[in-house]
Amino acid sequence: MLEIKNLHVRIAEEETEILKGVNLTVAAGEVAAIMGPNGSGKSTLSYVLAGKDDYEVTEGDILFNGESILEMEPDERAASGVFLAFQYPMEIPGVPTMNFLKAAMNAQRKARDEAEYTTPEFIKTVKAAAGELNIDFNMLKRALNVGFSGGEKKRAEILQMQLLEPKLCVLDETDSGLDIDALKIVSDGVNRLRDPERAFLVITHYQRLLEHIVPDSVHVLYQGRIIESGDKSLALHLEENGYADVIARAA
Amino acid sequence: MNIQKTAAEETLGFMLPTRRVESFHYTDLRAMLRDLPAEASADGGDNGYTPLVDTHLVSFNDGKLSGEQVLPSGVIMTADAAKANSVDINDAIVAMNAVSAGDAVEFVISGDATKDKPLGLGHVSTQAARSGTYHKVTVKAGSEGHVIERHTSSGGVASLSTTVSELVLEEGAKAVWYIIQQENEAASRLARLNVTLEQDADLSIFVLNAGGKLVRQEIKVAVNGENANLAIRGVNLVGDNAHIDVTTVLEHNVPHTNAEELFRNVVAGDGHGIFQGQIKVAQPAQKTDAQMACNTLLLTDEGDFSAKPELEIFADDVICAHGATVTDIDDEHMFYLKARGIDEKTARALLIKAFVDEVVEEMEAGEVMEEALTGIIDSWLDENV
Ligand SMILES: Nc1ncnc2c1ncn2[C@@H]1O[C@H](COP(=O)(O)OP(=O)(O)O)[C@@H](O)[C@H]1O
Ligand SMILES: [Mg+2]
Repeated sequence: MLEIKNLHVRIAEEETEILKGVNLTVAAGEVAAIMGPNGSGKSTLSYVLAGKDDYEVTEGDILFNGESILEMEPDERAASGVFLAFQYPMEIPGVPTMNFLKAAMNAQRKARDEAEYTTPEFIKTVKAAAGELNIDFNMLKRALNVGFSGGEKKRAEILQMQLLEPKLCVLDETDSGLDIDALKIVSDGVNRLRDPERAFLVITHYQRLLEHIVPDSVHVLYQGRIIESGDKSLALHLEENGYADVIARAA
Repeated sequence: MNIQKTAAEETLGFMLPTRRVESFHYTDLRAMLRDLPAEASADGGDNGYTPLVDTHLVSFNDGKLSGEQVLPSGVIMTADAAKANSVDINDAIVAMNAVSAGDAVEFVISGDATKDKPLGLGHVSTQAARSGTYHKVTVKAGSEGHVIERHTSSGGVASLSTTVSELVLEEGAKAVWYIIQQENEAASRLARLNVTLEQDADLSIFVLNAGGKLVRQEIKVAVNGENANLAIRGVNLVGDNAHIDVTTVLEHNVPHTNAEELFRNVVAGDGHGIFQGQIKVAQPAQKTDAQMACNTLLLTDEGDFSAKPELEIFADDVICAHGATVTDIDDEHMFYLKARGIDEKTARALLIKAFVDEVVEEMEAGEVMEEALTGIIDSWLDENV
């Protein structure tokens, strides 16, 4: 489903390269975890997948279902099924969350040539999904992410993911800032979405999340390269020993 | 200095202010009104005024009263009032109004007859001509007045309408006054609202500029009674080629009065927007609390917005604050919305709407009026963004 080939990325208009030849393939139905110390380029990878224009791809390609998405705008990528749950979801003053959700959900429907939601249909769908994620429906009447707690923001990201039904879900440190209960709710939300037709790229620091969302593969990103790949036992190894020996092996 | 009068000025009989007159620095009427349209004829077009919401309607067609007026018993109307005039160059709009054909109408509001159904002053210009209407509204002591003043024009007609309105709030009176300007993109409009607030009066003004080619709306408030409270809020939507100027002068003359001004502006294309906010606090006006904010969203590099706050404070125990910001749409916000599949145009409209709707919400206008206002904003965004 996703093929990242020799991806080199730098900050637009700056010299420093952040991703230095990333190779990664994720099949439909697969959950791939990406781990790595702070500053290794995990968020950069997620932004480049979503199409943020602060970053410039200087070499390599990203294929989604066999086609390059590099020339696509973020909204086109989203419409084709790419979803990024942000590490730091933006607060957008004045835009009520419900209005935002309606615009986003209808954009998805439009991309698939489906009729827009009627208001009752829309409210019913959102209410049901919010209930599953333990989100107070009143929170969704407030401006998007404004004044939401860290945990509420992360749950709101998963709510959007559930409502937009993407094919590729990229989760950037969705576990950070969550207490144990919230982590369970969020993980259950993700697990409900697991599907043979859907792939996940789960970026995390902690084995803790991977106990709930059990990955099919684990990759270590360090200084802009994938330096080691393995199965879920690699995450356990990192939890016990830190990154030092993996980094030493790669050097 | 001996400057030749322009043809327009010969017609009017007085000199128009140039940019050298400080209050007209950004809006040089002498240069902008070289082609002065002739006065509107009495039997103008038969395009009637179409109301925005249900009101006790008094409508004006090219400056002339038109149709029937059915007013409740708490509103007394006099149709042949005298217009104001002035020879002060800063009152050029008042002078222009005096020499432009149009009706002068006076209203006295008592009780709360306009509370659920406001008095509507509905204007339509159908001729590429000059008109001048004059309103005087007095809200009696302890009464409540709700007024919707609205200006429209037939598509493409290069009219020049002027309006001078006087509003007096007697002791303990309360009023809400809307000025809704939806002229077509060829029409010009010059307007003044003069307000006097007596003791314990409470006034809320809302200005929505959503059209017009050359527009100047002046608001001048004399706060003459203690414990008077004033809020002026507004949204200026400045389209491509438009020049929209809102100039306010607040005079705090007595102790213990409050004023709050908030404008949100959106500039599209190569539009020019102006906000001049003057606050004068006289020496006896201790404990004045006056706050003024003007925030602008510039959508292009070609457009501009000039904000000029001016404080003249002669009392020592006052709180006066002002702030002006100019920003463009936040790229991070745009990215977040687009990353959820929302296309560029829709995403921009959502963010701009968020920016201006906050001011509309503060009016607590009630469902019908709020929907009418956001409807005007939505259709402007649809056409201009
Ligand atoms: N917009 C940016 N401007 C400048 N430097 C950036 C930017 N984004 C990322 N970086 C740098 O790139 C490196 C990788 O950052 P990031 O992708 O956020 O890492 P991670 O998510 O793995 O912690 C860091 O050194 C960071 O400082
Ligand atoms: Mg990160």
